[in-house]
Parts: sequence; C-alpha cells; structure tokens
Amino acid sequence: MIADKNHGNDAPPIVQIESLSKWFGRFQVLRDIDLDVAAGERIVICGPSGSGKSTLIRCINRLENFQKGRIVVDGIELTDDLKQIERIRLEVGMVFQSFNLFPHLTVLENCTLAPIWALRIPRAEAEGIARKYLERVRIPEQADKYPGQLSGGQQQRVAIARSLCMNPRVMLFDEPTSALDPEMIKEVLDVMVELAEDGMTMLVVTHEMGFARTVANRVVFMDEGRIVEQNPPEEFFSNPRSERTRLFLSQILQH
Amino acid sequence: MEAFATRGSAPPASRVTPLEWLRANLFSSPANTLLTLASAYVLYLAMPPLVSWSLIHADWAGTTREDCTGGGACWVFVRARFDQFMYGFYPHEERWRVDLAFGLLALLAALVLVRRFPFRKWSAVVLIVAYPPTAYLLFVGGALGLPHVETARWGGLSLTLVIAGVGMAASFPLGVLLALGRRSALPAVRLASVVFIEFWRGVPLITVLFMASVMLPLFLPEGVTLDKLLRALIGVALFQSAYMAEVVRGGLQAVPKGQVEAAAALGLGYWKTMGLVVLPQALRHVIPGIVNTFIALFKDTTLVLIIGLFDLLGIVQAAITDPKWLGMSVEGYMFAGLGFWIFCFAMSRYSQYIERRLAVDRPRR
Amino acid sequence: MLERKRLSGWWYDRRLRGWLAQAALVAAIAVACAYVAGNTVENLQRQGIASGFAFFSSEAGFGILQSLIDYDETATYGRAFLVGLLNTLLVAGVGIVLATLIGFVMGVARLSSNWLVARLAALYIEAVRNVPLLLQLFFWYFGVLRALPSPRDSVNLFDAVFLNIRGLYLPSVLAEPGFEWLVAAVAAGFGVAATVAWWARRRRLRTGKPFPSLRVALSGVIGLPLLAAWITGFPLRFEYPELSGFNFVGGLVLVPEFVALVLALSIYTGAFIAEIARAGILSVSRGQTEAALALGLSPRLTLRLVVIPQALRVIIPPLTSQYLNLTKNSSLAAAIAYPELVSVFAGTVLNQTGQAIEVIAITMAVYLTISLLIAGFMNFYNRRMALVER
Repeated sequence: MIADKNHGNDAPPIVQIESLSKWFGRFQVLRDIDLDVAAGERIVICGPSGSGKSTLIRCINRLENFQKGRIVVDGIELTDDLKQIERIRLEVGMVFQSFNLFPHLTVLENCTLAPIWALRIPRAEAEGIARKYLERVRIPEQADKYPGQLSGGQQQRVAIARSLCMNPRVMLFDEPTSALDPEMIKEVLDVMVELAEDGMTMLVVTHEMGFARTVANRVVFMDEGRIVEQNPPEEFFSNPRSERTRLFLSQILQH
Repeated sequence: MEAFATRGSAPPASRVTPLEWLRANLFSSPANTLLTLASAYVLYLAMPPLVSWSLIHADWAGTTREDCTGGGACWVFVRARFDQFMYGFYPHEERWRVDLAFGLLALLAALVLVRRFPFRKWSAVVLIVAYPPTAYLLFVGGALGLPHVETARWGGLSLTLVIAGVGMAASFPLGVLLALGRRSALPAVRLASVVFIEFWRGVPLITVLFMASVMLPLFLPEGVTLDKLLRALIGVALFQSAYMAEVVRGGLQAVPKGQVEAAAALGLGYWKTMGLVVLPQALRHVIPGIVNTFIALFKDTTLVLIIGLFDLLGIVQAAITDPKWLGMSVEGYMFAGLGFWIFCFAMSRYSQYIERRLAVDRPRR
Repeated sequence: MLERKRLSGWWYDRRLRGWLAQAALVAAIAVACAYVAGNTVENLQRQGIASGFAFFSSEAGFGILQSLIDYDETATYGRAFLVGLLNTLLVAGVGIVLATLIGFVMGVARLSSNWLVARLAALYIEAVRNVPLLLQLFFWYFGVLRALPSPRDSVNLFDAVFLNIRGLYLPSVLAEPGFEWLVAAVAAGFGVAATVAWWARRRRLRTGKPFPSLRVALSGVIGLPLLAAWITGFPLRFEYPELSGFNFVGGLVLVPEFVALVLALSIYTGAFIAEIARAGILSVSRGQTEAALALGLSPRLTLRLVVIPQALRVIIPPLTSQYLNLTKNSSLAAAIAYPELVSVFAGTVLNQTGQAIEVIAITMAVYLTISLLIAGFMNFYNRRMALVER
C-alpha cells in the first residue's frame, strides 16, 4: 500500500462534487453524487457497466455536462462559462480508453501540441518537457514515430505522457487498460503506479482490482448512478458492506 | 438491506416547450439569430410565389392550351401529354405490352428482394434467365403474333428505364470480369483490364455516345447496320462496365485474404474459389455501391437525347417545342424533374437502408 | 536424381497456363483490332471520307459565340479546336471554384446547430442530387434565362450590372497609365502577408508569444494597394455597358449559355461536394475532439490543429473525383450550343469534315489526359498524406 504524501493535511479538497445529478433525456444516469477528493489521493471507481462511473469523471472536465449539483476543481467552479471550463481543463488531465492520440502527428508532436498552443510555451522548451515525460513512461526512443506504428500499450503510455506535459493537478483515467491486450496491461499499470508514488491526484475508473489494492486510498463502488459504498481497499475487499458490492466483487474476482 | 428506487426523479425543467425549442435551435446566439432570420426571409421570398403559381392558380382540367387561364402553372399540358411522356411514340394499342413487361419486372424484383419470400433463389434465376428474352419479345415484337414496333418509336420514361436497365444488366457481368482481371496475377490480363477501365472512366459519356453513334457503323462491315438504340446501349454498357468494375473491385478488396487461403487449402481452383467463396461475399458489400451506380446511370440516360433518342427528358423537350403548347417549359421540366427525383430519391433511400442492414448484419456473422 | 515430368503434367502447369492465357488474350485483341481496322478503312474509302490530320490547317468557315483568343471565320480548324479547349478549361475552372464554395458552405450548414439552416441545406442537397444535370441545365437555360427581359427592360443593378435575355453585362476594368503600380502593390501586399505569417509562426514556436498576423496580413493586402492607388491617382477605369439601340455596348458580357452552364454545373456538383465535406468532418471521431479539449485547447484551435487536418485527408480524394466529374460534365454544353470542346470540335468540326475517327479520338484523348493528370495528382497527394501505420 503506497504511503500517502498528503495524508492528513487540512487543505480543501482538490475536487469537490456536490449533489451531482445528470440526465440523458429522461434517463437519470447520475443520482445525487457527493464526492470529495483531497490532493494526492488516489480514488478507484468501479461498478457494473452502465453505473455511470465514466460519466462521472467525464463531468469533471466538462466532456459531459450536468443538470443539477456543483463541481469545484482546485477552487474553480465548473459553470457554463467557457473561460472557467478552459482553466479547469488545464488543471485536469485525462487518459481515454481508446487512447485518442492524434494520428497525423508524431508522438513528440502529440505531446507538445497543447503546451505550445494553449500554454504558449516556446517549442524548444515544450519538446524538452515532452522528452522528459516520454522518458518517464519509458518510451523516449519512439518520439519521432507516429501513433499508428506503436503497440496499444505504447500508445496508452504516450497518452499519459501527453497529459502530463500540461502539468495537471488531477489526472482522470477512463478505463485506461480495457482496450489493451493482456500482456500490455502491466506496462501501463506500472506507469500509473509510479505516477501515484510521485503524489499525483488520480481518479481511475477501472476493473483492475490488483491496482486498486496496491495504489488506491479509496475504492468507490457505483451502481445505477449512485455511490453505493466507498472505503479504503483493505476494508472494501475484505468486508464489503452492501449486498450489491458483494455481488459485484464475486463476479469480478472470480477469474 | 437498502431499498433502491429504480426510477429516479424527473430531470429538472425537462418538458421542452416550443418556445424553448425555438430558443435552443434557432436563436441560440446572435449569429444563429441572424441566420434564422435570413433563411426565413429567403423562404418568404420563394415559397408563396411558388405555391401560388404551381398549386393555387394552376389549371388542372382541360385539353388544349386555351384551357390555361389561371395565370399559374398549366398542368393541362402535362395531363394531355402524359401518355407520351410515359410511352413515347409507342403505338397506342400495343402499350399493354410495355405495361406487362414492367409489371413482370416489378413482380420478379419484389420476389427477389423481399426477405420473407421462400423462393428467392428461383425468382432470381427466372429474373436473370427467362425475363430478358421475354421482355425483348414484348417490347420489340415481330413474333408470336405481336406486331413489330421499331425502336425509333420507343420513348419517354419507358425508354429511360430500358436504357438504364439494359445498361446495368449488361455492364454487370463485364464489370465483374474486369474487376477480377484488374486483380489478376497475369500481367497482360491486368494491363488490359486497367487500360479498359481507365479509358472508359476518363471520357465523358457524351463522347462515348457520339462514338457509338458515329464511329460504330464505321467499324462494322458493309451492309451491317445497327439500330440506333442498340448503338447507344452498347456505348452505355461499355461505359458503365468500367464504373461497375471499380465498385466490384472495392467489394473484392473487402473480402479478407484468409478466405482465398482457406479455399486454396481445401483444394478449390481459381474459378471455383471466386465463384463459390469470394464473389458471394464481395457482392454483399457492393450492393449499396451498385445501387449508387445505377442512380448515376439513371440520371445519365438523359444524354441520349443529344443523339436523337427520346428519353423522358428528350420527349418533354420535344413537347415543349410543339407550337400548340408554347411557353410550357417550366411545367415540363418540373414534371420531368419530379419523375427523376422520385426514382432517384427512392433508390438512394433503399441504398442507405441496405447499407444500414449490412452494417448490422456483419458483426453477427 | 532426375524427376520425370508426366506428360499430362505440362497442361496443368500454372505458369504455362498463365502464359497461354495471356497469349490467347493478346491474340484475340490483335485479331479484333485488325478486323475493326480493316472494316474501317474500307468504309472510309467507300464513303469518300478523308483521313489524317491535315484538316487542322483548313479554313473553319464558322463563327464561335465566345472565345478567349482571337478567332473569326477565316481561322483554321486547329484554332477552333484551341478555342473550344480554352472554353472547356474556363468553364471547368470557374465551375470548380463556385462548386467548392457552394459545397463547403452547404456542407457546414448541414451540420449547423441551427435547425432551419440545417434543414434548408439538406433540402438543397437532396433536391439537386437526384435530378439529372442535363435537366437542370435545360431548366436554367430554357426555363429561366429565356424568360429574362429584353435589353431595354434589363434587370438593373446600380446602373453597372445588367441582366437580360442576351446575357449578363458587367463593367470591365481598363488599365490606365500607372496600373502596373497597382498590380505590383497587390502582389507586394500578398508577399508581405505571407512573410509576416511565416515570421510570426517562427517567433511563436521559438518564444511562445502570439502575434496578430491575420490582422496585419489583411491590412497589408488591402492597405498597400489602396496606398498605391491613391498615390498614382487610381489608375483604373471602369467601362460600363451602355444601352445603344437594341443592345448593350462596352463592358464585359457573359452569354446566357455560359451563365447557364456554370450555374448548373456549380449547383449540381456543389451538392455532392457538400456531402463529401460533411462526411469528412464527421469522419474525425469524437474522441479526437475530446482529447484535444481535455488538453485545454480551445474549440477553435481544436478545429484548426486536430479536426481539419484529419478531415481534409478524407475529403480530398473524393473532392478531386468531383472536380473531374465537373470537367467531364462540361461537355453537356453541346446540348445548349455553348462552344466548348465537344460542342465545337466533336460537333461542328466533325459535321463539316466528316472525319469522325480523328475528331472523336482527339476529343477523348484530351479528356483522358485531364483525367490522368488529376488521378496522378491524387495518387501523389494520397501517398504524401497517408497516415503512417505499421
């Protein structure tokens, strides 16, 4: 279990979600979610498909909007104001299930695009930052290749580096390993573990329970749009309190 | 044991009132408001005169030009010439033959296309083998007690359908052969196919029709004359086969290489592999492409009026220049346009429907 | 140990069969060509039709409605061919520009969030795509333009542009002394704009500081020529068309045949281009936009740096196909007697000389050349732009 670098400090939570509710048409996909994430915390969100976990984290950087409730990220409230939204997106990094690398740019260009154009960093400096993070995800030699030439695991690691180049305070992971072949899952999880060890605040939607056990401060279980249970991993896995959590764990830990 | 309500509360302000819909869709920003107002103004300028001319002040009943008194569209013209627009100069008492031929086609096509019908394969065989000679006999006559009707008298929508249908039917086998040839390993065959395809795709249809109509007689020995319609059909078939070849080629490329390998491993030769394994799969992929090519051909048949055949547009054009009906050009074009539009739009909808069905079917297979 | 091939084996040898098949094909083609050639020669002799290309230097003896180069009845057939070819290129060029404009505007409109605009664009696309081009051409030429008033009652725009049954009359621009300075200033304006844009981009990549290069470029392109014009005393004279008797003199005239052809071609091809543009934009997966937005790029930058480069890759190949179609479709001018290549050469010249084979062959060769050039460009473009994959 990784030590918490920020455990116990009294700073306000870096992500505050209050009474969040979202509807798709008439269907309510998030029901009254309350969640606070402290700086440096690692939260793993799990649950059956359709429970709204991806939708929840996509609300945080406004890839989905919501009808009721409040989200505050690093003191900035998430409203319809485009300027606020952009400021929040600069603080929050996201890694997608389908990587979403830009196929017409090299790996290096993928990483330097946003620093150059959104942060106005000079190109030479941006490339230095990019190479540093590519080194951290352990694929510095692929810098001049195109995404189509890399394996799935390599692409996802580039995606992580791309987000890190923007120096976010929170990283969101939307099922980062679900689209990968089994032998590549480990290389991506290793990178995520290292990220956690460096104190990054992370919200991870995943089915990888081993990762949850090793890295998470809290495991949140969602079902049908509600947070059913949240606990530190030791408690969550050994002593689930809700019947539905038990059912879910039995299905997912069986194989 | 927690009790979970499975139905959540209703979304806030969920009932979209008409006013809110207007605001969201039409007036959401200053730019949008401007666009909406500009579009509405254009509609205001265009629609009332159009409706007034074509419907309200139009004349529907009568037999001659003098019956058009309303100041609007003279649909009397269309009604008076309707038979001609449909059948051309086909003799009046023989028109049942044209009706019968197209009726049979529609029936057979429905039998083949409707999924529920059990005898689809047999219907397809009848359609491909027995229908063409029957249709030929019905149209041309000269045997079995049916008087001969020379092709110069064919015209109107029926001629358009004949040209498009025959063009399509003839170009299909040739197109398949060309597509296979283009992918062949034999260099001479591939070269010949490529040259043929790129030639016909690179020249306008008008030049092909000119070539068929003027040059073809020069290519034939003295004394052999080809019917003008036949010359046009040959030109159209050759032209269309190149486009058909490209469509089929796309379908062939969509069949995974593993299929050919599996067939070879089973001991099937080239032609058996193509006929039993590859082509059936490829053709499913190309049906939307084939329908699209047919739509294009259907529209292109209008060009035959330039070489003196009277398709739907040609006969409308001729009717407009009749001294008894001067000034009817807009009515004529609108009628012809509507006719073409209905056919082409229906076919394109059908093609989209097929595409959607294929996209859904494929994963299950 | 020598293996003995069984005698029946050679017939089934794949390579041998392949060669035999090819030989048979070549032989069949050769025989067919010889047969056709033989018949043709015989028929030509019988009908007394000349052969060869000598007719190019014979006198044409007919007038041409619109010509970009000097031409009169005493010019040669060769010159008539040239006039027709230039007219084809003119119609194709103007048509392509207009069609692209209409197409992209309508394609984007179809994707608009404004319901009315999106529906109207869809109406236009569905209506135009399903009606034959020749019919639309006839509609514009015989239906609309024939209904225009006579020159005396022309539709009048600011006393400078006149529209009537004889054509569209525009003011023409005549150069006065000092005009060269104006042209130079326009060129210099573009040059300055390009240089500023290049310099600003380099500076931005180097230091990160943005520069309002668009504004500077616009002021250069507009300002410099204005300055030059003011200094040299506006060396431009507009010659306005003026009604003299029953007709207009002066100015620039676009004949109704040309106007109808360009209108029909642009509107028709524009509908297809609209669908191509729409498909191209939709082809870029949502994930790309989401990733770019999640990185903090503004919607404008997302469009410019991520969506449009990928959309263009999908748009350009079918777009060049449509350009080719438009060029080939310009041959429909033969139906309304606009003097482009087919109308002049494969029409009038063929009728007068009777040399069908040479004339049609040359006409087809011209179009084939254009097709192959465009196809070649497309292949080149595709190879260069292809997304690099394993």
